[in-house]
Amino acid sequence: MISELTRGERRLALAVLTAVATFGLALAIAGRGDILAVHGGLIMASAVILMFFVIAGFYAPEPGEERLAQYYDTPTKAGVVLAMIWGVIGMGVGDWVAWLLVYPDMTFDAAWASFGRLRPVHTSGVIFGFGGNALIATSFHVLQRTSRARLPDQFSPWFVLVGYNLFCLIAASGYLLGITQSKEYAEPEWYADLWLVVVWVVYFSIYLRTLMRRQEPHIYVANWYYMAFILVVAILHIVNNLAVPISFGSAKSYSAFSGVQDAMTQWWYGHNAVAFFLTAGFLGMMYYYLPKRAGRPVFSYRMSILGFWGITFMYMWAGSHHLHYTALPQWVQTLGMTFSIMLIVPSWMAAANALLTLNGAWHKVRDDATLRFMMLAAVFYGLSTFEGSFMSIRAVNSLSHYTDWTVGHVHAGALGWVALITFGSIYAVVPWVWKRPAMYSNKLVEVHFWLSLAGTLVYVFAMWNSGIIQGLMWRTYNEGGTLAYSFIDSLVAMRPYYIARAIGGLLFVIGAVVGLYNVWMTIREASAERADAPDAPVVPALARSLQAGE
Amino acid sequence: MSVGEHDPYTGQRMTGHEWNGIKELNTPVPKAVWFFLSVTALFAFVYWVLMPAWPLGVTYTKGLLGIDQREIVRESVAEAARQRSWAQRIAQDDYATIQADAGLMQKVRESGRALFGDNCAVCHGTAGKGGPGYPNLTAGAWLWGGTPEAIAETIRVGINSGHPEGRIAQMLAFGRDQMLDRAAVLNVVTYVQSLSDPTLASGPEKEAIVAGKEVYDANCASCHGPEGKGSTDVGAPDLTDGFWIYGGDRQSIFNTVYGGRQGHMPAWETRLSELDRKILTLYVLDLGGGK
Repeated sequence: MISELTRGERRLALAVLTAVATFGLALAIAGRGDILAVHGGLIMASAVILMFFVIAGFYAPEPGEERLAQYYDTPTKAGVVLAMIWGVIGMGVGDWVAWLLVYPDMTFDAAWASFGRLRPVHTSGVIFGFGGNALIATSFHVLQRTSRARLPDQFSPWFVLVGYNLFCLIAASGYLLGITQSKEYAEPEWYADLWLVVVWVVYFSIYLRTLMRRQEPHIYVANWYYMAFILVVAILHIVNNLAVPISFGSAKSYSAFSGVQDAMTQWWYGHNAVAFFLTAGFLGMMYYYLPKRAGRPVFSYRMSILGFWGITFMYMWAGSHHLHYTALPQWVQTLGMTFSIMLIVPSWMAAANALLTLNGAWHKVRDDATLRFMMLAAVFYGLSTFEGSFMSIRAVNSLSHYTDWTVGHVHAGALGWVALITFGSIYAVVPWVWKRPAMYSNKLVEVHFWLSLAGTLVYVFAMWNSGIIQGLMWRTYNEGGTLAYSFIDSLVAMRPYYIARAIGGLLFVIGAVVGLYNVWMTIREASAERADAPDAPVVPALARSLQAGE
Repeated sequence: MSVGEHDPYTGQRMTGHEWNGIKELNTPVPKAVWFFLSVTALFAFVYWVLMPAWPLGVTYTKGLLGIDQREIVRESVAEAARQRSWAQRIAQDDYATIQADAGLMQKVRESGRALFGDNCAVCHGTAGKGGPGYPNLTAGAWLWGGTPEAIAETIRVGINSGHPEGRIAQMLAFGRDQMLDRAAVLNVVTYVQSLSDPTLASGPEKEAIVAGKEVYDANCASCHGPEGKGSTDVGAPDLTDGFWIYGGDRQSIFNTVYGGRQGHMPAWETRLSELDRKILTLYVLDLGGGK
């Protein structure tokens, strides 16, 4: 990895790592006596360990100019492996907390093992660890191919990937230590948030610098989605995390917002995290790997455009549907609900565009589990966006809100859509970047597919039942006008569904482990054999010239 | 890659774009898309006209239907109050009258079940049977008295709750705080056991019981009474009735005498209305512990 950096980039890497280590040391000193010192130490240790790697490879021969005639895929490879590892961890912890709801005593009397600390490890582990690494890895891969341009340099993609994983590590370890600003999906504290802003700006600059050098006249739809993902997540992240630390020596901060403004900002962030992290980014993935794998042209360019602008415009308004029947003024709820309803049309346009692209390739869907992963993901995308619009209707929400129905809905999207499109894309991209004819075992891909489908269905059906029963129990009144059930009655009624959900989750986790094994074995075999690259050649930056019609 | 190329499968024209082998068909947007876009947009527009929707500086469009969620909440609360007309009688009547009225007691059981489940069951259990450290409310063994008034007062102020009028009680740690030596603790434990198990007095423990009684009279009788019947004035449990909060086996009684006990019950005065506390009092008495 170091041998791929130029001498100048190695020097830059050392300078950056020195800066990061100094930052970690400063945090550790300022935060002595506070839990912040642990994270300062962690940041410094990570930077110092990486410095040893850079120094060890510092005098290795420099890469030649011929590298510019190839796409730079090593960061993609590393990102894919990291995504699979985070996936197993994040999903494993998810199933752990699912069992914890069945057996609430399973905390070993330890604070770190309580539900409140483990749950964010699950959510951040899957969203940011698994999803984020998969997005970064595939975006670098897609960006280069659809631009026919190599990444602008060798250092910045590594900075983004390593820096991002350092953020994930600080986040997850912080939750176990009890560090949180208790905003859902935005739990990490101020210093982690600041660090992510730096990483994210570099990420966006890689996109811009590569697109500026593209050798294709148009920017492919996948890149619109990836760019929307990067840009909007930056806006959401910065605004929702505006906070004042109680001192530079403390991990604790207070939000700039309070009361209903805080709730609205949080759910504007929360819902658009679903929209632009878990939807836009993965639609980018889908728009490249699905037609590529199917060998079919995208069904409709016009639907791509209309769907993209519909999704980006309308999602922005929808966050307030998380706050129906609260102190939030009703007019804000109205806007959230109506835009959520209109949103179903562009969402289904994207899903339909994917499924109709498969026309002429359905025999491949039948035979190829990788393509079937992506097909099923598009189906679940359609189902869960419909469900989301439905649940945003105030009357429906009065039943579904605060119940397991919401949990089921999220997982229909997270397992059925996000994870399946990711697994499909990873099974497609792994043989391509490691230059193998196929995955180590197609049979294991098939096994993973059926485990994922079974797990998702069991999970979602359990939570539908559980959520609707819960909602009904909470709103049932006696003739005398008092509540018919206590909260604990509803917990007793949930128990069988919690068991079913934990079993469904377990199937899904086992599938992820099978996937990680399959990816690992493919990599191990990769050095032995080489297949022909399936890509059109890069246009080297040196030989760049304007194309006719540009 | 040229404009005008056709896809052999669908016969559709291509856009002429190509990215690493991915092409695009120039398929027009299906009519259904425009139809559903129009329908959902029309729905949204109508909804905006009828309901509170758009901000206008410091105010907002109120909507033609004049619906306001706060107004709806006020109405539902008022409607629920009307449905609870029976509650008025529970608030006004005395306990005996309510207990004699089967219709009212039916309401107490209905509403009390959820109240008890949400507020009391976490310690006393959904059936009120208690558990280790938490008294059984169905046994009739009341620490602070089993009259409706006494129970209502216990619910209002709690036990060791910090409430200014709260009930306060503590069993001292006779062993740990070295008020009694080990032998004395063991003897008094045997004596306490014999209070609810007379067969012990004729067994091999005879001498220990005699020695234990001396310890008891000197140290325990002031709260638990000379016969171990307890006292509802100071919240000292009856040691003769066979009901135990912390367990009646030898080891549990030893732990109690050695390390002391101090239970907690929250004061509910600020958390539950007077009516709710009255319903809970009646509900608890109805569980079977009434006396």
